[in-house]
Parts: sequence; structure tokens; C-alpha cells
Amino acid sequence: MRSLDRKLWRELWQMKSQAIAIALVIVCGVAIHIMFGATLEALRQTQARYYQDYRFADVFVSMKRAPESLRARIATIPGVVETETRVVAPINLEVAGFPEPITGRLISIPDNRESRLNRLYLRQGRLVAADRDDEVIVSEAFAGAHHLTPGARLRVVINGRRQTLTIVGTALSPEYINQMRPGSLFPDYQRYGVLWMGRRALGVAYGMEGAFNDVVLGLASDHAVPEVIDALDRLLTPYGGLGAYDREDQASHRFLSEEFNQITLSATLFPALFLGVAVFLLNVVVNRLVGMQREQIGTLKAFGYGNVAVALHYLKLVLAIVLAGVVAGIFTGAWLGQSLAELYMTFFRFPFLDYRLTWPLVLGATLFNAGAAVIGTAVALRAAFALRPAEAMRPEPPARYRATMIERLGLQRFLSPPNRMILRHIERRPLKSLLTMLGIALACGITMVGRFQEATIEHMLDVHYKLSQREDLAVTFVEATAWQAISSLMGLPGVERVEVFRTVPVRLRFQQRSHRTILKGIPAGGDLQRLLDAGLRPLALPAEGVLLTDYLGQMLGVRAGDRLLIEVLEGNRPVREVAVAGLVKEYLGVAGYMELAGLNRLLREGPAISGAYLAVDDRVRPALYRRLEEIPRIAGTAIREQEIRNFHRTMEQTMLFFTFIATIFAIIIAFGVIYNSARIALTEQGRELASLRVLGFTRAEIAYILLGELGLLVLLAIPFGFLIGQGICALFVQGARSELYRIPLIIHPSTYAFAATVVLVSALVSGLLIRRKLDRLDLIAVLKTRD
Amino acid sequence: MTAFHDRVFLAQGLTKIYPMGEIQVQALRGVDLELFAGEFVVLLGPSGSGKSTLLNILGGLDSPSSGAMQYGGRNLSVYDDAELTRYRREHVGFVFQFYNLIPSLTARENVALVTEIARNPLAPEEALDLVGLADRMDHFPAQLSGGEQQRVAIARAVAKRPEVLLCDEPTGALDVQTGIRVLTVIERVNRELGTTTVVITHNAAIAAMADRVIHLSNGLIAHIDRNAQRQAPHEIVW
Ligand SMILES: Nc1ncnc2c1ncn2[C@@H]1O[C@H](COP(=O)(O)OP(=O)(O)O)[C@@H](O)[C@H]1O
Ligand SMILES: [Mg+2]
Repeated sequence: MRSLDRKLWRELWQMKSQAIAIALVIVCGVAIHIMFGATLEALRQTQARYYQDYRFADVFVSMKRAPESLRARIATIPGVVETETRVVAPINLEVAGFPEPITGRLISIPDNRESRLNRLYLRQGRLVAADRDDEVIVSEAFAGAHHLTPGARLRVVINGRRQTLTIVGTALSPEYINQMRPGSLFPDYQRYGVLWMGRRALGVAYGMEGAFNDVVLGLASDHAVPEVIDALDRLLTPYGGLGAYDREDQASHRFLSEEFNQITLSATLFPALFLGVAVFLLNVVVNRLVGMQREQIGTLKAFGYGNVAVALHYLKLVLAIVLAGVVAGIFTGAWLGQSLAELYMTFFRFPFLDYRLTWPLVLGATLFNAGAAVIGTAVALRAAFALRPAEAMRPEPPARYRATMIERLGLQRFLSPPNRMILRHIERRPLKSLLTMLGIALACGITMVGRFQEATIEHMLDVHYKLSQREDLAVTFVEATAWQAISSLMGLPGVERVEVFRTVPVRLRFQQRSHRTILKGIPAGGDLQRLLDAGLRPLALPAEGVLLTDYLGQMLGVRAGDRLLIEVLEGNRPVREVAVAGLVKEYLGVAGYMELAGLNRLLREGPAISGAYLAVDDRVRPALYRRLEEIPRIAGTAIREQEIRNFHRTMEQTMLFFTFIATIFAIIIAFGVIYNSARIALTEQGRELASLRVLGFTRAEIAYILLGELGLLVLLAIPFGFLIGQGICALFVQGARSELYRIPLIIHPSTYAFAATVVLVSALVSGLLIRRKLDRLDLIAVLKTRD
Repeated sequence: MTAFHDRVFLAQGLTKIYPMGEIQVQALRGVDLELFAGEFVVLLGPSGSGKSTLLNILGGLDSPSSGAMQYGGRNLSVYDDAELTRYRREHVGFVFQFYNLIPSLTARENVALVTEIARNPLAPEEALDLVGLADRMDHFPAQLSGGEQQRVAIARAVAKRPEVLLCDEPTGALDVQTGIRVLTVIERVNRELGTTTVVITHNAAIAAMADRVIHLSNGLIAHIDRNAQRQAPHEIVW
């Protein structure tokens, strides 16, 4: 069948601009699929290898203080195969030339052997010497943010005592792939550092000689996790255990899991959308092609080509376009994926990245796209298959036109003949006109998804940091502290207002569901920390009961009035049943809230606090920072402005990347759909238009008839596209919800404007290209051939 | 006059009904017909009399609504689609009024399209030479005149050495001179290759070329004429 293949290539060449437009849409879909897919696979693969090679622990717990002798008892808990006790100390740091407060965490490593769990990956330098008490290893991220290299010195405040340490190495740990200050939402490697010191030296510095305050366990299998956690919690209660947890609740691991979920969403939603558009285009084009080649199909069959051979011929055409798109998409995707993976590497501190395209991914994308294209064009291909040759040799019955709605309403006097032709074209094939509109609307909608997040994130920030968290500074104490600490904070330079809070780790249970989170007590009527209702109005804190972040409420399936079981994971670990007083609107993080005194009562403790929010006078900030560093009880200081900046920086890096790609791809889609529609209109109406030219119509007049129809459809499609865009955005927002953040479904007017502009410009460019073709319409040739 | 002995086609009581919504169009109302090997037959009749319908059934493009249609002793009317396809592929060559060449293929390739799936074909070049187009082989249909296109179509139809050549108004779209050239080619194929040939026309003058002329009217065979002497195409007065 070589001649048939030659026909295929010639025709493909003739319709190359259309084929390219469709292939480009497929390139976009496949590229996104491969980009996210390869990145996800790379990150998962890297994570798995890293966890395994560097012995990431299975169970984690901190406590006030336990004697080293307890280690043996922990090790005998059934299911436990590795036990590593540690000293973990909150610290303040000073780096020469950096004026703002830096907090961090200093973790012990065994003196004379390798860690059994959570091993360090040494990037630079060496491990600390067992007999030195002034050597430290810093996390690579922190070292990088401050340009620290081995040999540099650091001033560290441990337990209120200032010490000078020498950096001997930089390292990474599977425990801190995501490195964030607890309670923070975005990494800030300059203001938060993770450091490691020898066990003996840190024990001395932190007053933990012969004792530990943190333990990590390796288990034989995942099945034992709940039993081990139970046994561990029972064993550690007398020692101030803070509640054991597994990997799912480990901060870094949880963050990674959430991110992976997001990538998975993007890896499915967007390629599916693009594929949908591509299949739509293919369907339209093949349908048209089969329609136009009725007689050729009839002739082939008359000469003994079978139905299957003919259908296969058109299928090959489809596959040629699809496969060209897939191949180009795979390369583009692999290339973009490399950049994306590198972008993720700035958030995920992996020592290495296992990035490579895997066969299942490539094969999957190929089969998925080819399969969808075949299914999508099945109707058109079936028409080619089923066309009876005797039937095909008869010319297609002339199209039936009828009076349009407008004429039935008697409005035709207001319409010129060209306008009437336009309306009749549209009305004659309402389904086709509808499909064209749907294609354009889809393009418009997809354009919106690429853009809406930018404005929305601004809104999230405003709500979180302007309406809700309004402090300048947040300080947290090493442990719950007496209420009197307020007065010492009030006495600090520049402090204008202090609002305290109490946080306690809890596990919330409702029916079968449970979630480990923070319960936060705040005083009623506060001004620096406010809770918001669904309408974003400040909420009066009820005297009784607990308020939950709306998303947490959904996760647990609770509503106002339900009774929630609260297991406190600290102190003597009381378990209480409390009524849910309501849900609060929060876009970032999740937590439960209570009135401060009520929480103190629930914990059966006096008026204790965990930290405070401060409003401060900007002019004296440097002096205030210096004083804060010297207060040993303060474990961490967060500057709100800095948090906002971190948020922006993180979002901008990722957003810029996505917005850029999404915009380019959206333009391709819009152009692909509109250009194809115009080309098909041209092939369908070419004869008619040429006849008009012969009758004396000008080029501009026939262009008006052809492009006027398209223009009208484009204008009608845009509002339709806005609706589709809202739908896709809602789908995205719904799927992207996580404990870390929920993007609200707010679409800024600029997003609509942008989408409409992309569609209109694509229409204009398509129109100009078609206009050029129209101008070159060969009148003789068109009239010579019969349709 | 040549005597034809081997019967190629035997049609008995052929009817064809096209349902068109409520009404039914009776295209054939009971046609009995025999065609013999090597014969040149002209089907004559006014427009709408059922000529194309009969030709299509002969060629396996369509099936009769009732009646029997035998080709070489096999009953075509019970053939399914795949069997009809094989029948067309192996035995029938078609020439249509509007040539129906594949516009994206050159003359040679249009012929090759058919020779590639035939069992014992002529070379495309040979077939084109037969119709006098040896020098136009690499032209696309758009670069050929109507008569040249129709000759390509004939080359395409005969290249597979079919037993029957079926032509539906092959000169309908052509001027007299060109029409004569095309008919000459058809007549030559019939004579030199011995192909049973059926030509539809509503031009009675062409009938003089035939061995037999079958007059169709309103879905029935009105009468059949036998020419004592076949006239050469160029002798025909239009
Ligand atoms: N596919 C079809 N559907 C409906 N009617 C048809 C179809 N094919 C032919 N006819 C009708 O059958 C009759 C005979 O047609 P045809 O055989 O093409 O006539 P001829 O070739 O002699 O002009 C005509 O009335 C025609 O309209
Ligand atoms: Mg006819």
C-alpha cells in the first residue's frame, strides 16, 4: 500500500499548518505530563533511595528528659530494631553581619560511631571529633544562605549560654529534606538553621549528661507502628514525653507527601485538559477530511480496498500527527522537567537527584495520547469505514439552509446579505458551531487556570497576614512558662503590645478519623491574632468549646456542635471530650483554637503560656533583637514581615515557572483551536467564496463572510470560556487543598481580561493568516473541480 | 460479428429499492440480463432510468434488493461486504464520469494504487502507455485536462487486467474530440485485452460502437439491440 501511504504524506503536507497546530497542543499536554511525571518520579525515587541509604527513622518522639538507661527498655519494645537516643536543643545563632534573629536546632550525633538512624550526608569537611566540644556541622542550606564553609566560626546561644563553635563540615539529613522552623509555612534558610554536635559536648552544653530528650526508632515493618507508638508513649509519660509519631506526622516527610500530591494533581489535570482539546481538534479535522474525501474513499473501495484498509489509512494520519506531538512533547517535557526538578531541589534538600526518563512514563504518555486520539476520532474513522462505495460516488446532498431565527422574527431587513450568510452558516450546523465554540471556550478556560493563582495568592497573604496574624514578631518559649513572663516581654525596648498564646500538641479524634495537630489557646478579644469566620469577619472567641480550621473540620468530618475527643500529647496526657463551637476560615496551615483560660483548665494547669505575639516600634528593632537573643527561655523568634517575604519568594519562584509555561501553552491551545476552525471553514466554503469572487465580490467582502462567522463564534465563546475557566479553577483549587495551604477560588478581573485577550489575539492572528490564504484563492481551480 | 459463448454475468429479476423517508424509490424493477466474455455492451437510457444502479450491482458496489446476480457461476447477491470487496479487487475495473482520481497522487501513483493490490497487474507505466499518457506519468490530476484525467482513470481501471470494465458515463464531462479519444482507448482495451466492457451513456450515437445495446427505461430493460458491425469511435457521428 505504498501509494496510499504516499497519499497520506502528501495530504499531511498539504494540511501541515493544521497538523502542526494540533501536534503543538499535544506537545503541550505530553510535555506537562512528562515534566510533572518525571519530576515526581525523580523526587520519589530520590526520596526512597535517600531514606534507605541514610536510614530514615520510622518513629520519632521528644520528651523533657530521660535517663540514658531507659534506652535499653525502649529497645525491647516489640517491633523495634534500631534505637538512637539524642539530645536536641533549641538555639539562637549569630552570624557576623546578619542583624536579624536566627534560631535553630542543634542535634546530637554519636561520638565514636556512625548514627544508626537519620545518618548525615556529609557534603563538605568532616564529622566532629569526639574529644572536641567546640565543633559543629551545619546544614548545607544554612551554610549556603550565609556563605559559611568549614573553618568558619559561629556564635551560638545554648540554654542561655553563649558559645563559639567552629564549623567542621556541612551536611544533609533525611530528617530535614524540608527544612522549616516549626510553625512556619515556607523555608527560610537564613533565619533557621539545623546543626549537629557530638553527643557528649551537646550533653554538657545543654545540661543533658547521661540523659536524652529525643529518640528515633527503626522498625522491622510498618505494621507495628501503632503498637510501638502506644508502648513508647506509656514508657515516656513519666519523663515528659511529647507524643510519639510516625513518618506521616514527621514535618519534613509530611511536607514532601503534600507536595507530591500536588504534583500528581498537576500531572493529571493539565495533560487531561490538553489532551481533551487535541482530541477535539483531531476529531473535527478528521471528520472534515473524511467528509471531503467521500468520493476518494468510494473510489478506493470500488477498486477493492477493504473498509479496514481505508479506515487504517485515516487512522495513520491521526497517529502521524499524534506521535509527532508525543515525541516532541517527550523531549520538551524531559527538558522542562529537568528545570522543574532543579527548582524543587531548592525546597527539598536532597544530596542528589535521580532524574531520568523512565520507559513506563514515556510509554504511558504515548499509549495514553495515541489511545485517546483513536477513541476521539473513532466516529470519524467509523464513517470512513462504513461509507458504502455506491453511496459515496453520489455527491453529498446539498446542504439544507433555512430561514434563521432572525428572519423568522422579521429582522432580516437590518441584515446585509453577507451577515445573513454568516448567520445561516452558523444556524445550519448548530452542533458544529457549538463544538467550535466549545473548543475556543476550553482554550479560554485553560488560559485562566495558568493565571488565576497569582492574584489569589495575594489575597491569601492579605487574609492571613493582614486580617488574621497581625503581630510584628512572634516569640516562642522553650517550654510552657508562667503567665508572669508577659511583664518581662513588656519591659523589652520598643514593645508596644503583647498577646500571649499557649500551644500544645494534640491528637484530635472524631469517629474513625483522627489528626495530629496543635491546639492553640489565645485570649478573647485579642488584636494581634484574630480568628475569622467564613465571611472573613473577626470572630468572637467562645468561652467554651474548640474552634477548628475549616479544612481540619472537613478532614475530620465534624460540624459545629459535634463532640471531639482531644488527646493531649504532652504532660500527663489528659484525654478530654470537647464540643466543636465552630469553624474558622484559614488558608494557611491547620489548628484547633480555644480560649486561653479554657485551654489551661483543660490541661489542668495554671495560667501557662507557650509564647507571645508582639507589636513593636520599628525604630528599635535591632536593640530588641539583641535582647531577645539573650533570653534563654525563648526558643524562636519569627518576624511577620520576613514570613511574608519568604512566602512571596517561594511562591514567585514556582509561580513564575508555572505561569510562564501555562501562558505559553494556553496561547498554543487558543491558537490551535481558532486557526483550525478557520482553516476548516475555508475548505468548506472555499468554493462558495470563490464563486462570490467570480460574481464580483471583493476580497474584503468574502473575508468578512468567512471570518465574520469565526469572529462571532469567538465573541460568543468567551463568556462560555469564563464559565469553563471557573470550573477548571475550582477543580484545581479543590484538588490542591492540603494541610499546608488552601487556595481560595477567587478569580481576579485581570485573569478574565488576560484570557479574553489571549483568545482575541489568537483569533486575530488566525484571521490574518486565513485572510492571506483567501487572497490567494485560485478561482479557476476551485470552479473546475466538482465538489 | 464475433460470437460470444462464455457467459460472465447472469442477472435474474434484479430489483433495487431505495427507501427515502416515507417514499420508496424503485430504481430497478426486475432486470434479467446476460453478459458474455469479451463483449462490448452499451447501456442506454434516460437519466434516472437505473443505469448506474445496475452497473453498481454488476460491479459489486451495491447489492440488489431482490433477485439473483451471478458472476462466473457464483451468486454475488449473497456476498457480504468483505467478499464483494475481494470480488472488486480481483475482477472489476471502474471508470467514473468525474474520473475520481486521488488529487494528491500523480498519474503513475493513481495507477499504482490499484496495481499494488492486484494479483497479476500491468506495470503502471505500461497501463499509462496503453492510454497514450506515457509522457504525463508524473503529473498530478490538477495538471491534466479532463480527457487526460479520464484516460488515467481508464489506465487505473485496466491495469489490474480485470475481467470486466465498467464505465459510468465516461465521456459525460468531455467534449466530442476528447470523448472520442477516451472511447477509442476503451474500445482498444476491450479488443486487445478481451475485457468484457459495459459503458453507460445517454448518447445514442455511442451505441454504434457496441456489440449489444441494452435500452433501460424506468428500471426495466426495454429492449436489446445487436449491432451486426461495431463502428470504430472515430467513425461515430455525434
Ligand atoms: N442512493 C440512492 N438513494 C436514493 N435514491 C437513489 C439512490 N441512488 C439512485 N437513486 C434513485 O434511483 C433512480 C435510478 O438512479 P440511477 O441508477 O442513478 O439512474 P441513472 O444512472 O440511469 O441516471 C433515480 O430515481 C435515483 O434518484
Ligand atoms: Mg447515472
